Amino acid sequence: MSDSIALRLRQLLGNEAVERDASGLPRAVPDSTENAARVLSAAHEQGWRVRIEGRGGWLAADAPADLALSTQSLARLTSVSPADLVASVEAGVPLDQLHRRLADDGMWFAVDPPGRPERSLGSVIATAASGPLRQGFGTIRDHILGLTVVTGDGRIVRAGGKVVKNVAGYDLGKLQIGGFGGFGLVTELNLRLRALPRADRTLIARASRDRLTNAGRTITEGRLALHALELFSPALAAESDWVLAARFLGTEEGVAAEVHRLPSVTEEITWQELPADRTAAFWHLAARATLGGAVTIRLGVLQPGLDDVLDLVRDVLGEGLVSAGAGTAGGIRWSGEAQPDALRSLRHQVAQQEIPMTLERAPWTLRRQVGHFGAYREGVGQLVDRLRGTFDPGALLSVALSGE
Amino acid sequence: MINAALAEELGRIVGPRWVRHRRAELATYTMDGLPTHESYPGIVVLPGSRDELIAVVQFLHRKRVPFVPRGAGTGLSGGAIADGNAVLVALTRLTRIISVDPVARRAVLEPGVVNARLSEAVAPMGLQYVPDPSSQTACTVGGNVAENAGGPHCLKAGVTTNHVVELEVLLPDGSLVHLGSRHGDAWGPDLVGLFVGSEGMFGIACAITVKLEPIPASIRTMLADFPSVRGASEAVSAIIASGIVPAALEMMDQACVMAVESSIYAAGYPTDAAAVLLVELDGAPSAVEAEYAVVEPILRRHGARTVQSADTPLERARLWQGRKKAFGAMGRVAPDLAVQDAVVPRSALPDILDQVNAIRDRYQLKISNVFHAGDGNLHPNISFDRRDPELSERVQAASREIMKVCVAAGGSITGEHGVGSDKIDYMPLIFDAETLGAMQAVRRVFDPAELANPGKVVPVRACREWAGTPAARARQEVA
Repeated sequence: MSDSIALRLRQLLGNEAVERDASGLPRAVPDSTENAARVLSAAHEQGWRVRIEGRGGWLAADAPADLALSTQSLARLTSVSPADLVASVEAGVPLDQLHRRLADDGMWFAVDPPGRPERSLGSVIATAASGPLRQGFGTIRDHILGLTVVTGDGRIVRAGGKVVKNVAGYDLGKLQIGGFGGFGLVTELNLRLRALPRADRTLIARASRDRLTNAGRTITEGRLALHALELFSPALAAESDWVLAARFLGTEEGVAAEVHRLPSVTEEITWQELPADRTAAFWHLAARATLGGAVTIRLGVLQPGLDDVLDLVRDVLGEGLVSAGAGTAGGIRWSGEAQPDALRSLRHQVAQQEIPMTLERAPWTLRRQVGHFGAYREGVGQLVDRLRGTFDPGALLSVALSGE
Repeated sequence: MINAALAEELGRIVGPRWVRHRRAELATYTMDGLPTHESYPGIVVLPGSRDELIAVVQFLHRKRVPFVPRGAGTGLSGGAIADGNAVLVALTRLTRIISVDPVARRAVLEPGVVNARLSEAVAPMGLQYVPDPSSQTACTVGGNVAENAGGPHCLKAGVTTNHVVELEVLLPDGSLVHLGSRHGDAWGPDLVGLFVGSEGMFGIACAITVKLEPIPASIRTMLADFPSVRGASEAVSAIIASGIVPAALEMMDQACVMAVESSIYAAGYPTDAAAVLLVELDGAPSAVEAEYAVVEPILRRHGARTVQSADTPLERARLWQGRKKAFGAMGRVAPDLAVQDAVVPRSALPDILDQVNAIRDRYQLKISNVFHAGDGNLHPNISFDRRDPELSERVQAASREIMKVCVAAGGSITGEHGVGSDKIDYMPLIFDAETLGAMQAVRRVFDPAELANPGKVVPVRACREWAGTPAARARQEVA
């Protein structure tokens, strides 16, 4: 069957856009939204199961399928408008390349998701993975003005627009951000950008976890204007103790004043400023360290509940590699090795506190068993199923949203 | 289906005094804030509690009667009006702030809570609810959720969708679902994001959890007047490009300033200026000071004749007054106001304003511009008298031309008012048939019987059919 699929794909896309993966599975590498739609339309007609692949920087390409569909050749920056602070890009663009290109024009896409710097933008969209900057700039959904998605049956839907404020029609893009590809393949995006900040300073403190979460609380109460306030476990930070990192962005004078205020609101700990040339590397390493375990989960939890939930996660899953929002954004990300039963148990326990747990990254067998989501609240599972039925009527996108 | 018996049965749920069905009683509910769309609802029902609301919607679903949810009726899209075959469900009695958690910075509310009342209630805790539509002293948070409302202070902090984390939604079939979580992360896909801005067509949010933000330690408001609209527009782009995102960045043109200054809301704006720009900076005192030091010279460099600035609440309120009361002031110019809400890329603002003025001259209309310049959200307001059919026709034609110009510049037909009835015909200007079909299909996921606010937002005739596959049909039958 794989030969006939490869043949059909070649007829649709041309020889150069069809490859085989290591296991011999045909892989379509379309270079346009329309070509991606041709692939999914054909798959829908034939009943082929499809695995969506980015650049392999986050999820392993291991979901069972009849063919793979890669965004590797969808990696263009279509347009960049410094005057409007808007860029149109294709979903396969590596994040580091995007950042570099924007920085050339004094612009910045204020997201810092976990994982390798070259992970594709599409993988960030699919997983709705946000990093420490969510404290200052919101999560990934707050940076997307519009997107193009190809549905499981090959329809092209263009949601949103290219302007920073837009309420025309239903906000269909939101379904795709964090949809893990279960509602289609995102191929193009319009991004909301910011001007590169004039000042960017990071301070870190090393201490016990309790003292640092407490410092997070006093910083919040003191209403310091900072853009990241992230807690890292010793294993993640490669330190002997927990680390709290505070990042300040803005004008030189404004940042200087807030940095100056920091020690006075957190008297019990000692801060050390990172040299300017080490700041970027520090945050990159922290993002990358998440990959140190085979499984990554995230928990939506607010600061007041942080200590208890961190304890619970440690008790159920083990120490792992932990990062957590110690400011108002909250959130815990844990990476490590985990068994399905432990993950289910944790999901069940946090659900009782109305805390959602999302499986962000794991080998297929685990994803299949545990699901990216699951533990839906009343009535939501049904809506999700109906939405999947709408956007992938043949149920051919190989994504385990709900688990078994 | 709409008859006295139905009114009587609704009266049994909510009490007879909370059901209106005589024509004179219905007159209050024939319009929202937009005078160009008018329609008498069949019945108006005002449930007084969550339980009554649920019972009403379940009853209407059983009877297969369409309904239109409505907050304070301040919307500007003809979205919250019903025709004679539908029941208008007014949510203005559901005004409880259910809980406030000042530590986690969350509040849970019923949909009828008035926007400004929420900020007042949490102000003693040093907190505020940021989205601030101009109608904030009257409009409800439920309506804000339906419309994904914005406001002057949404430039920096985002619109309603950026501030709502959890919703208890009463689906049109009378069942309840919980979307999102108070923590902000979703249980599954972002259904809160999908629901916000669905204009009452996916159901009714009966409990809304919002984020609260600290009241800034320092606020500085600046008022700059310019000899040209272009200079003011270019100053806007230059401020944003400098890396500073002001809390608000608002512009009024001369026609608008004149209307304000000749009204009881006169704020002392210079009437000989071609454009007036309001810039507000907020945050820590030092940050505000530092940003001021950048912004003030930018304003001067782009031709500002004077720059007034104010730090005290009283002085700031004076500078804001003209902007906040602009719509009220325009009411004096003519009996009716056609309010537009297009958005254009910021860099296109000067050209678009020139084109709007050319359209104004061609159609010989009175247009005043007051808008959220920072995010390119225009509100060209056309003053007219709807009793004059010839004039009304010119207003319609000019509105359509303005819209086309904005769309051609890469913009959108609505930035914060919603589509409703008013802009439904413009939808195909920015969405293709497939995308409109997707919207219709998603609507059917939430409301298979299409009972909630029928006939709004999506021009069904322009949609490509979805859910046409056998699998989807089977699922629909099950649903």
